[in-house]
Order: sequence, then C-alpha cells, then structure tokens
Amino acid sequence: MQRPLTILDDVVIRFVGDSGDGMQLTGSQFTNTTALQGNDLATFPDFPAEIRAPAGTRAGVSGFQLHFSSHDIHTPGDAPQVLVAMNPAALIANIKDLRTGGLLIVNTEKFIERELVKAELSTNPLEDGSLNGFQVVPVELTKLTKGATADLGLSIKDTDRCKNFFALGMTYWLFSRDTAPTLQWIRSKFKAPHDEANVRALEAGWSYAETLELFHERYEVPPASLPTGDYRNITGNEALALGLLTASHQTGLPLFLGAYPITPASDILHYLARFKDFGVITFQAEDEIAAISATIGAAFGGALGVTTSSGPGIALKGEALGLAVMTELPIVVVDVQRGGPSTGLPTKTEQSDLLLAMYGRHGEAPMPVIAASTPGDCFRAATEAARVATKYMMPVMLLTDGYIANGSEPWKVPDLHELTPQPVVFETKAEGFLPYRRDPTTLARPWAIPGTPGLEHRIGGLEKQDGTGNVSYDPANHEHMVRLRADKVRRIEADVPELVVYGDVGALLVVSWGGTFGSIRTAVDDARAQGLRVGHIHLRWLNPFPANLGALLLGAERVLVCELNMGQLAGILRARFLVDAVSYAQVQGKPFRVSNVLAKIQTLSA
Amino acid sequence: MSQFEDPSTPALSKRDLMSDQTIRWCPGCGDYSILSQVQTVFAELGIPKERFAVVSGIGCSSRFPYYMNTYGFHTIHGRAPAFATGLKLANPELSVWQITGDGDALSIGGNHFIHVLRRNVDIQLLLFNNRIYGLTKGQYSPTSEEGKKTKSTPMGSVDHPFEPCALALGAEATFVARTVDVFTTEQRDVLRAANDHRGTSFVEIWQNCNIFNDGAFADITDKKARAEKVIFVEHGQPLLFGTPEARKGLRLNARLALEVMDVNDANLSEVLVHDETNPVLGMLLSRMKPTMPVAMGVIHRVSRAIYEEGVHAQLKLAASKPGAGDLRKALLGSSSWTVAR
Repeated sequence: MQRPLTILDDVVIRFVGDSGDGMQLTGSQFTNTTALQGNDLATFPDFPAEIRAPAGTRAGVSGFQLHFSSHDIHTPGDAPQVLVAMNPAALIANIKDLRTGGLLIVNTEKFIERELVKAELSTNPLEDGSLNGFQVVPVELTKLTKGATADLGLSIKDTDRCKNFFALGMTYWLFSRDTAPTLQWIRSKFKAPHDEANVRALEAGWSYAETLELFHERYEVPPASLPTGDYRNITGNEALALGLLTASHQTGLPLFLGAYPITPASDILHYLARFKDFGVITFQAEDEIAAISATIGAAFGGALGVTTSSGPGIALKGEALGLAVMTELPIVVVDVQRGGPSTGLPTKTEQSDLLLAMYGRHGEAPMPVIAASTPGDCFRAATEAARVATKYMMPVMLLTDGYIANGSEPWKVPDLHELTPQPVVFETKAEGFLPYRRDPTTLARPWAIPGTPGLEHRIGGLEKQDGTGNVSYDPANHEHMVRLRADKVRRIEADVPELVVYGDVGALLVVSWGGTFGSIRTAVDDARAQGLRVGHIHLRWLNPFPANLGALLLGAERVLVCELNMGQLAGILRARFLVDAVSYAQVQGKPFRVSNVLAKIQTLSA
Repeated sequence: MSQFEDPSTPALSKRDLMSDQTIRWCPGCGDYSILSQVQTVFAELGIPKERFAVVSGIGCSSRFPYYMNTYGFHTIHGRAPAFATGLKLANPELSVWQITGDGDALSIGGNHFIHVLRRNVDIQLLLFNNRIYGLTKGQYSPTSEEGKKTKSTPMGSVDHPFEPCALALGAEATFVARTVDVFTTEQRDVLRAANDHRGTSFVEIWQNCNIFNDGAFADITDKKARAEKVIFVEHGQPLLFGTPEARKGLRLNARLALEVMDVNDANLSEVLVHDETNPVLGMLLSRMKPTMPVAMGVIHRVSRAIYEEGVHAQLKLAASKPGAGDLRKALLGSSSWTVAR
C-alpha cells in the first residue's frame, strides 16, 4: 500500500539497546547512508564505560542519536522524534526524551517478566498505559529475523545478532534511505553465512515496514545545500588524526605519536597506526609518562611529536610538560576531555580540564591552548596547533572532548592546494650558534637536531642562561627566562584572528569555547529568531586570547559564559578582564540541550 | 655501533669529548672515573661526535650529559629510557647512551627500565649503582642492603634490595654486564662491548659515593682482596678466579647452585665454562651470595630483533605498496560523496 510521503526539514532519531545489540554500528550505518544522501547531520553516540555490563540492565544501555536535515544544523538535537528501543532497560532509560507524539519502534519480545525484572520494572510499559502519548510500533524482531534467515542454518544466538539490521531496514524504509551503501558494507565486513544473514535482515526489515500497515506515513528529508566539493562523514578523533597527518605533510616533518590507550582518545592512536605508509611512527608506550617522554625525545630528534590522552593521562604528563616548556621543544599535546575527577565518567563528555590545560604544571609554565569546536574542526585545530608549536618552538595543548571526538558530521575534504606549506628549517650553521638564541619576532630558539655537525649542545630541565642554554642559577636570569617564556605565548596573539561577534553587538554577549559550539550557536539563533538581541563569540584560542576579547566583553551589555564545567572560563575572564560575567555551567557528562541554553538567554534578556 | 664506523671520520681525542662546563660532582666521586672512561672510549669508536646523544634522568649521575661535548638531554626523574626510545625511533642513526643511577632507574623509573630492555631498543644504558641517594643527601635506595641506616631509615632499612643485573635479565635484556668505577681497563672493555652490541646494552657500574656511602664496594676494590672476591667472566672460558697460589673456580652442584671449588690441573675440567647466551647461568652469576665472588664483565649477551628496526621495517614495507602516502586519498577515506554545482 502506498503511504503518503511527508517532506520533513529535519529528523532526530535515537537507537537504544544493550551494549551487545550493535547500536553504535546501527547508528553509524544510518549516519553514513544519510551523509551519502547529502543531508547535513550531527551525531551523539552515548555508551557506558563497561564493555558488556550485565545484559538487560539499565547500566548496559548504549545509544546513538542522529540529527539529519535539509538545512545547516549544529547539534544532534535535544529530543528525538523517533526512538528505536531493543529492550525494556533501553526503553525506560530513554523514553523521557522522546517528544510527545513521537514514534517508538520497540522490540516486544524482550518485554517478558525476566527482562522487566532486569530493567527494575514492576509493570510492563507496553501494557501499563505509560506509552499512551506515543505512536508505538511493536515488532517481534528476533522472530522476524529468524524467518528471513531460516534456511541459512544459523544458531539462535547468531540469528539474534542480526536483528539490529532488521530494525535498521525498517527505519531506512521509513525515512526513504538508500540500502545500497549498508548492503555493500555488510558484504565487505562479514564472512559467510553472516553476510547473507545481515543482508536478508536489512531487506526483510525494509519489506516488513513497506508491506504491513505499521506506519501511517513515510518521510523524506531532502539533501541540504552544501557548498560544492568532496565530502565525507567524520568523527572528531578521525579529523584530528587526519589533521596531524596533514600537519606532517605541511611541515615536512615525520609524525611521531607517543600514546597510551585511554578512553576517549585511543581512536586517534588507532587511526594514525594505519598511516605507516606516510612514515607515521605510533609508539604505544608503557604508560602516559613514557608516552610524552618519548614524544619529547622524538621532537629533540627532529620529529613532529604528538601525544594524545584524556584527563587522567594529562595529569600524569604534567612534569614532562614542564620539561617541554623549559627545553622549548615543539610538541602537540591532545586532551580529549572526559568527565572527572579521577576515573570519573570515562565515556562521557565534559570541559573540566581547561584549568588543567592552562595551569596544570609546577612552576611558571605557561602553554598555548587551543580548543576544537566541532568534529570536523578537529582537523583545522590540529594543523593550527602543529603550526604554532613549530613556529614558536613550544608545546601546545589541544583540547577536544568526548562529545566531538565520537560525534560526527559531514566534512568538506580540503583540496591539497588549500593546505599551505608550513616548512620547518632546522639549524645547520655552526657559526654563532647558540641553543637559546632568539628569533626577534617569535622568540623561538633554533631547532638543532642531533646528528648536525658542529651544533653539539646540551638541553635539560635546569634553568637556562638565555642564549647559551648553560645551566644558570642567577636570580635575574631566572626572572628574565620566566618572563620570556610567558612572552613567547603572548606573541602567538599575532597568529590568532580577532573575534567577530555573531549576531548583535553590544547586547547580551554569549561566550563559549570548544565542543559546545553547536548547542550554543543554535540557542543564539533560536533566541534571535524570537526577537531577542543576542551576540555570540566562540573561543578557539584560550591562551593567548584573541587581542580584541577584552574590548568585546567590556562593550557588551551583559556577558553569559556557557561551559560544561563549574565555570572555569568564566573565572579566568572575570580575573583577566574584571568583567561581571555570568556563568552558565553544567556538569552531567552530556552536551548542553539547546532548550536549556535558550531558557538561560531568555532569563538574562528579560 | 660498528655499522656507523666511517674511516673518513677524523679521529677524536678524549679532549674533543669534554664540554666547557665545570664539573660539579664532589671531589673523589666515582663518577669522575666513569666520565673519563666514557670519553676515552667514545674517542676510539670511530663515530662522529655529532652522532652521539647522551640522555639522562635526575640524580648525581644524570648530570653526565652536561660534561660531554656531544648532543645531550638532561630529562626528568626516571624517564630517560622513554626519551631515549623516542629519540632513537626518530633517528636510528644516532648512538644513544643513557646515563642513570640506582634511584633513577630502579625506583622512580622502574617501569621504563624494564620496558626499554624488553623492547631491545639499540641504546647503551649505563647504571651507576652507589646504593644510595646522593643528590637528595643520603637516603637509602632500592639497591641499599637490608638494615642500612640512613637519614630516612634511622633504625635501619627494612626494604629488600634489587639485584640490577638479575632484574635486567628478568626484563629480557639482551646484554647484561657489570663493572666497577675504579676497574678502569675492564670498564673500558665492557663499554666497548656495550657499544658493539646491537640492542639495549645494560651496564651496571658499581660506583663509590664518598660522601654518603663511602666504601660500599671497598671489599672488592681493595687491590689485595680483589683476586679472591671478583671473578671476571668471559664467554667460552672456565669461570676461574683466585691467585696463582690458590686457584679457585665455580661449578654447578646437585642443587643447581653455583659453588666455589679449589682448582688444580686434575679437576680443571669440572669448572663451569661461561656461556653468555644462557640466561639461567646469567641469573646465577648475577645473584651470587656475599660468601661467593662477584661476577664482573659480560654476564649475558644474546642477539634479538631490535625495536626501532622493526618499526622502521614496517614503515618501509607500507611505503612500498601501490598508492602509498596519498594524502588526498587518506583525507577522502573509504566513503565520500561530491556536491556538484
């Protein structure tokens, strides 16, 4: 039967199930297909730290939310219109987010006594009336999948593992998605007979949705109009790895990554380990300290040294960071922030390492800090961090977070000619060589690598005499060097573009940084659509700040600083600029909801 | 590194290896002798001066790089093996020497110490063992004997010490040697052997701290006692020591332990022959009790794949494949689409 086709501007869909139900895979297949269909999109994978928490429990629920549209969007959406729930625990943990009247596709086979108990439910939500406000589409996923794959001789367990593709097939029909990319992917990824089983499950799900009158209508989200060019879907960690690879190309330096596995940064190590054909060395060290130490050693030897980690690892690297500051060697330190303190919320997002990045070293040890704002922006942030590190000869801290590291969006792939070379020249002239001689503009010292005849010299953590680099305990020299190292960071200001206020100037100024860009920009847009006078600045460089930041803050009627911590940036801005900034802080391990930020803006505008 | 020897390299003198910095070790410190032997040996190796990189951690011994007129890196406490590994990976052509002490290598840096040995990075790792913390003014170290009274152990230490050579063997070291600061000739032989070995060459150098642990090794450095207290081991040679008048040797008893025997022409064949490729013998020689002589020289030496060579071999193999190093392709990834006008 032909169902009416409704054109939608955007859709938010969320897949939820057990950690073992393949929800991340299902979500990323929907994402890739949607990207290939030309929609703009933003994703939010949300999963527990445990690899396989007890099946059927709320602790084991894994989710993947996708927002796709025919216009420019910045967030994965506050609340889904469509929820696909594989079991009672997943349903109960997510149903509060589903919009009233939203579509709920639910695997009814799991709503039996035993599973309800695991989910800590005393009544069956399918029967107790609690789902009355939604359009419930009950489906017996395992039984239907079994029917489609009966002649393949699969075990019950293996059949059950295909059911996510059945559900995916249903949603593909519902939103007029092309099944071809996923079918192709299944065939390349799975061995027989599992490839055939998954293909059949997907196709059966599609046919089931088309044949039965489960849905009253079918939807289409036309492609977004994006600038011309080549696109791919990309996560922040992928973009960051590619940015580092590109920086190696731009600087002409071999890339060296020293890393110790840690959530949510490990994927950067995985991606870069595949680029051996580019001469990329990935060193999986024995611990976080060895990872940065080897990175500094490689930088001493003339490599583009990078170490990637998350909060707990960055804390361990503190002493070595001080050495990198002292020896003025260029390295890039990536902190993919997660919820803290301590082990905290390893798979959840937070922006609570800002003060750690700015000040988390003993002694006066300032470091440049840059933060990426979206998954795709991790690429540009990485190239920028590497450029500044090698130009100014110092370590640079690059902040991302779990949200943009694992989230994805369509990304316009740069043409190679757009990538400006940033060649690095090693010192080779012995005449007049001094290891701490200064470039008059950047204050950078020469990079003279071991193996260069006539430039033998010693560096280390003891205070240096400026120029010669000899060990010096002279009081005046120490103060001179402390001020000089701070001045080096300040001079980067010349490379930091001035801020341009988005929206209204001189009104309420919303300030954000890092991975919250999407939520804050959307909230500002919404507020302005309601007629409120609001401006927005989003900080990329946090040390040094853009030169005009102070003027913009002091010129605003009110300043609202939104961040996923206890107000770390707000504190810095208040201290630095004596501005009466209002802090809007949230620490729930989740990105901001646009509606919450909007409400805050409305309150301040009233 | 014999493979880096270049006949066209101008011969170096020991003086060429001396930096212009004033040496700030205490007068009478055993480190002076080691510095002198290292400078002498470096000058002989046929390696251009700029190819040497001396990397250290923190402690008295770790000031070493400042006194060598080569490339040098005085890093942070305990982490020198990791810095050396990164440097060697970035430039495998360098001759990298790590200088460390018993606290730096075995206490704060114990983790990095075992991992550099396991990986078999081609560096030389010289551990100056004085069985005390010198730079922090006299606390016991992980090699201090039980019961040692120091500032931090006024009633005597209750810690059991490491035996560094045995620890190195346990960490899969491919080269383990021991020498003493004042045994200058033997020390230079060991340093040359360490240089020639391909892989991590671990050299424990017993070193007197005349301020905080003076005479720690006096019983073996004493010229008169030396013959009876020290056994210089050599691969393929019987394990003999003692004096021409009182020849002694080592044999394996029924409990698989080493024991001292009096040697004469008739029982010479009973003396164990040193096999530097046998880690079990290496362990026995490393851990001889105080009633036994101390083993000096190359205790263990085997050939095993070198870490950085394995890493670079993979890079080379990957780079030889068709389409290797195509940045545009890497950026596009496996799934991309084009938005046309």
